[in-house]
Amino acid sequence: MATVRVQAAPFDTGAEMAALLAGRTDIGGIGCFVGVVRGGIRAMTLEHYPGMTARSLDAIAAEAEARWHLLACTVIHRHGRLLPGDPIVLVLAASQHRTAALDATAFLMDWLKTRAPFWKQEEAEDGATAWVDARESDDTAAARWAAHAAT
Amino acid sequence: MPAPAPAPIQVLYFAWLRERMGRAEETLPLPPGVHTVGALADWLRARDDSGAQAFAEPGIVRAAVNQAFAQPDTPVEDGDEVAFFPPVTGG
Repeated sequence: MATVRVQAAPFDTGAEMAALLAGRTDIGGIGCFVGVVRGGIRAMTLEHYPGMTARSLDAIAAEAEARWHLLACTVIHRHGRLLPGDPIVLVLAASQHRTAALDATAFLMDWLKTRAPFWKQEEAEDGATAWVDARESDDTAAARWAAHAAT
Repeated sequence: MPAPAPAPIQVLYFAWLRERMGRAEETLPLPPGVHTVGALADWLRARDDSGAQAFAEPGIVRAAVNQAFAQPDTPVEDGDEVAFFPPVTGG
């Protein structure tokens, strides 16, 4: 059963890993991805669709659990105004072996980027704001999993 | 007794669609002849200037019905929650 949260507050990656491992010895590895706000802008604001967000993250995590033999999975996505260096998203996927853990982590990020109802608005150094356009490369990355058999 | 009025639909807008519509949400009766997401987008585009701006680029706007991703031919019924938004950019 995945741990899924949508929150404005920061998260503590170490604490989330410790929580995932607590009391169990069946896990052989944890894939981890932390998305961070890059510099060159003053801030980034993430808007989301509150009624739908948690439900879509649950569905995405369930899909990863169905495709790989995951022993645990954590997805945390922040919303609100974030500054360069702030973490945006955390994905942890635990399995007996590294291939499943790392592949599932990549899959979760690719699907999050194309299937979770979040929208980024960048605030430039001069205060001008602009909505970030969806990237075709994200669609391509997500599409590669269509043909990927679960391992 | 008269038949109860059909439940209105709730329409939500996000990101630049929210800005162009000038509102985050509205409640309205399902317009006559509108039975799909695509038809509702067409109706909103024709309704006023904000709608014309928000729905100017066909194919760009994405939608959800009752919090599940939808396509232009997805049905819309009385009481539904319909959301319009740009392609998602989370992660």
